[in-house]
Amino acid sequence: MPNQLMLSLISGIFISGAAAYLGTIMLSKKMTVVTDPLGHLALPGAALAMIYGFNLSLGAFPFVILGIFIIWLLELKTKLPMETLTAIVFAAGIGIAFLFLPIDEAEAALIGDISKIGFIETIVTIVLGIAVFITVNQSYSEIMLANINEDVAKVEGINVKFYNLIYLLSVAVIVALGVNLVGGLMTAALVAIPAAAAKNLSITLVQYRWLAIIFGIISAIVGITASTFTGLPAGPLVIITSGIIFLITIPAAKA
Amino acid sequence: MSNILLEVKNFNVTLDGIPILSDLNFKVEEGEFLTIMGPNGSGKTVFVKSILGLLPYHGELKWNKKPKIGYLPQGMNQLSVRDTPLTVKDFFYLKKIKQEEALKHLSLVGLSNDIFNKKAGYLSGGEFQRMLIAWVLASHPNILFLDEPTSTIDIVGGKTIYSLLRDIGQSQNLTIFNVTHDLNIVYAHSTHVLCLSRLGHRCYGVPEEILTPEVLHDIYKSDIKFYKHEKEN
Repeated sequence: MPNQLMLSLISGIFISGAAAYLGTIMLSKKMTVVTDPLGHLALPGAALAMIYGFNLSLGAFPFVILGIFIIWLLELKTKLPMETLTAIVFAAGIGIAFLFLPIDEAEAALIGDISKIGFIETIVTIVLGIAVFITVNQSYSEIMLANINEDVAKVEGINVKFYNLIYLLSVAVIVALGVNLVGGLMTAALVAIPAAAAKNLSITLVQYRWLAIIFGIISAIVGITASTFTGLPAGPLVIITSGIIFLITIPAAKA
Repeated sequence: MSNILLEVKNFNVTLDGIPILSDLNFKVEEGEFLTIMGPNGSGKTVFVKSILGLLPYHGELKWNKKPKIGYLPQGMNQLSVRDTPLTVKDFFYLKKIKQEEALKHLSLVGLSNDIFNKKAGYLSGGEFQRMLIAWVLASHPNILFLDEPTSTIDIVGGKTIYSLLRDIGQSQNLTIFNVTHDLNIVYAHSTHVLCLSRLGHRCYGVPEEILTPEVLHDIYKSDIKFYKHEKEN
């Protein structure tokens, strides 16, 4: 099925590339780990999608939005650190997921199922991938400045709340799309690993941004292609590929 | 000749129900080098942040000229930028400052062009601090707010930064709000001083006129004495 491989590859490239780009911002916000509980929160949605037979991402999206809203609200109300809230939401997401999820059939929700992606879904994935890329690209300097110092960004006239919202929405879209590619368990890897590998090799911001995207795309191509030859699931292979890229970059790591 | 830039009247800041600043009244003239001094916990940073609109306040704050503010907050140190691959050039990009403008201001603070492509997180402490000054100046502010700009570098480096700031301030008619608890800097560089203390003592004016031993005692020693007293018992 060369056509199916094409669709899988194209979707994988757009998901992984956009996720990696967003990852460069999340890494400097120290927030990559937040994508994991969001992925877990996507699981109940993915479970419903499986039960009722619609796309995983579509099922995941409202749950991810809910998760982001919960984390945002908890941070505002409790002033607890993000990592603590993350742990709370993480456990809750998994718990709820396994109430719904028929464990025997859980594989696609857990590790993704890009190999069966349809034509329309691919088109939607491309559009959303590009949308996230453009959004992140347009707001990159503003978000990065706010990362480094929020007060300076505010004094410079940057609407930090607005950019935070944009950023969180991008995270939501990427997590929902990522569920299709790597499932709900490994979404953090999709944003974290290419960015981390890129950071190892980069001196400048431009290098960092482009290397992350390139590593994300290579991981998707290698992982999905390897999946068709070996019959192993694509999701884990994509993550393993980016893991290997990361290992290779370690000796060159710039302090 | 008075050229009032900022008028502050009945200025109060309360955070989480605790009054931090109460009933501040003073005026700042254009071109002043105003140092805000006081011991730790006296509300210096809170004062700056509330004037900048980063914290809520009650009272009157009147700018007589449209302020274009450059802000260098406390804790803007190198560690905070090491998590991201950022060269000096990238640092200026974050504020969308053009390359020639950036280079011009780097040379103004005495830095050579060849640091432009170096990682900002790994400059020397003094270089980094100078870069930050250039970074703030490059957006062409007419008012600077600096919160402990030399707290991370040694005394000699600190003195040079202040001489630099005073020179640039005079040549570009900048009004500078500077936070420090270093008395030497107050005497050497400030045209005016605003002092704050935890116990509510305060003063405002020209340093040589108002910083009498009694006032300094009230601002600093009152706090210290309090602790000594407790220890002796």
